[in-house]
Amino acid sequence: MTLDRRTLPGLIVLGIPLLWIVVFMLVPYGILMTYSFWVKSYPSFKPDFQFGNYILLFTDPQYVQVLWRTLKISLLVSLASFLLAYPFTYFLVFRCRWQAVRTWLYMAVIAPLWVSYLLRAYIWKTILGTEGILNSFLMSVGIISEPSDIFLYNQFAMVVTLTYIFIPFMVMPIYTALERIPPNLAEASSDLGVGPWQTFLRVTLPLSAPGIAAGFTLTFCLSFGDFIAPFLVGGPDGNLIASVIATQFGAALNWPLGSALSIVMLVIVLLIVSLSDRIEKSSRTGGT
Amino acid sequence: MAGIIELERVSKHYTKSIIGVDDVSLSIEDGEFVTLLGPSGCGKSTLLRMIGGFEQPTHGRIFLAGKDVTWEPPHRRDVNMVFQDYALFPHMTVGQNIAYGLKMLGVGRAERDAAVVEVLRLVGLPDKIDQMPHQLSGGQRQRIALARAIVRKPKVLLLDEPLSALDARMRDQMRMEMKHLHDKVGITFVMVTHDQEEALTMSDRVVVMESGRVAQDGRPQDIYDHPASPYVANFIGTTNFLPGGVVAADGGTAKVAVSGIELTALTDRPQRAGDVVTVGFRPEKLRVVPPEAACGNILSGRVSEVVYYGLGLRTALELDGGETIYVDSLLPDSLARSGLPPLGSRLAVAVEPHNVFVFPGGGAP
Repeated sequence: MTLDRRTLPGLIVLGIPLLWIVVFMLVPYGILMTYSFWVKSYPSFKPDFQFGNYILLFTDPQYVQVLWRTLKISLLVSLASFLLAYPFTYFLVFRCRWQAVRTWLYMAVIAPLWVSYLLRAYIWKTILGTEGILNSFLMSVGIISEPSDIFLYNQFAMVVTLTYIFIPFMVMPIYTALERIPPNLAEASSDLGVGPWQTFLRVTLPLSAPGIAAGFTLTFCLSFGDFIAPFLVGGPDGNLIASVIATQFGAALNWPLGSALSIVMLVIVLLIVSLSDRIEKSSRTGGT
Repeated sequence: MAGIIELERVSKHYTKSIIGVDDVSLSIEDGEFVTLLGPSGCGKSTLLRMIGGFEQPTHGRIFLAGKDVTWEPPHRRDVNMVFQDYALFPHMTVGQNIAYGLKMLGVGRAERDAAVVEVLRLVGLPDKIDQMPHQLSGGQRQRIALARAIVRKPKVLLLDEPLSALDARMRDQMRMEMKHLHDKVGITFVMVTHDQEEALTMSDRVVVMESGRVAQDGRPQDIYDHPASPYVANFIGTTNFLPGGVVAADGGTAKVAVSGIELTALTDRPQRAGDVVTVGFRPEKLRVVPPEAACGNILSGRVSEVVYYGLGLRTALELDGGETIYVDSLLPDSLARSGLPPLGSRLAVAVEPHNVFVFPGGGAP
């Protein structure tokens, strides 16, 4: 192939990001993949090709439990985000009459994204903690007499915190999906004798499915890989897969096991993404 | 007998000064094909949407088959609408789209399937039942929207600019098809359009609207041949307007001075000598006559422009009085061979008294 004046700019424009992806994504994943087959031999590890790390992950109850817990927490976060975000977004798109109010409310949801992640996690520490706002409120209205420590350092606190942090990623795609539904489809449904609730179930909800799928994917994958919330509000039974990985690469000094965990995580996330991609495609072409 | 739709002094005021529909009373008979005609912003669509239940009037009441439905939501009204952009559900097949409104009527599955097949045959698309809306052409989508609306056998079918999204050839074809469909199904059709040709060709009755009010309500021929105001005369077809004054009036005839000559007009409005009026006549009602012709009602002037449009000619004639009028004439064979009238040549045209409109007041629209 000869480089002429026409192909050269294209190669540069395409080549730089391509090089970036290869060097900073594919190569590290390759290294990670390679490590996951090595064996640990204190104080270091040596090259090998064996599935011991993977077998350990799926047989040692300790790791299986963390994997299940992470799946459960991520699903709960996605579900909670969805249940909060959908009615709110529906209101913004279809019921809110004032453009300014709509813009402000939308910004109010998005703005926390600009605040440090750590700070947003800490906020919940101050709300849920023994000296926190929730405790002082419950004491002042007389529901409890002493500060309670049941709110913080458990899985509930993690779900609340992660939902708070990741809910914008549910609101944004649903907002886009709802906004793209022509308003006269609901009118047509009503015109054909179908009441508001049935119209929602049979027209609006199915047509917003791509947005919901995208929101679930984003919140799920983000929660799945989170390791700061467990560290800040998670408590003793709050270990998630990402924090275990961090430990393996840090204190435990077991890179092969950490790599194997990372690969398992990557596969799960890729599965979720391809599943949501399929949902989106089928709803776009109008599938069943 | 009360009509299937009765509008009783219906108004829609958005704010004190922005008025969408202003005090409209209208009675539509069962089985009629009525067109609401007017330019954009005249309130015709708002009126249709109020009949459909998508908007509520601020004053007045709406009756459907004798029942007050002013405050009923759309899903409790026995009317169906064909939306301007069809509003087909993109996630459902053609068959599902059509069956959608039947489920709510409590129609059984077998009956529903039969109704869908039958209505698809009626609109000429029996083989499209399993296709998705995005696989159809504009004209096909239009027909599916029609099928979806009439399958419920509503008392009234509302059509909101149903042909405006189609290309010209398709529009001509659908015009006739919709008219035939109306004859076949026997449902009352109420259509909104800004296209005067559509209104004239399709409907039994035309309601011309002007800034929220009814400007004229009548059969297409009445509207065209006896426009109630310069606005109507100008909106439907083309009309030459000339300022004039009544010289003499006698019952149904009036002599009006325009552009330095006197025209005789047959008019159903009483005129009095001295009234300031606007005179109108349509370009195609003018007949080219020899300059020395002795009959009355002759306007003469100089040809200032000639436009050829295949079927005929539109000639701009600068009258001796200074105004310019247009003359439409079908192109006779001989003229086509001999060529167009040269610019600057003298031309005389005559107009029959019954083709002269006399409107009170000065100022053409």
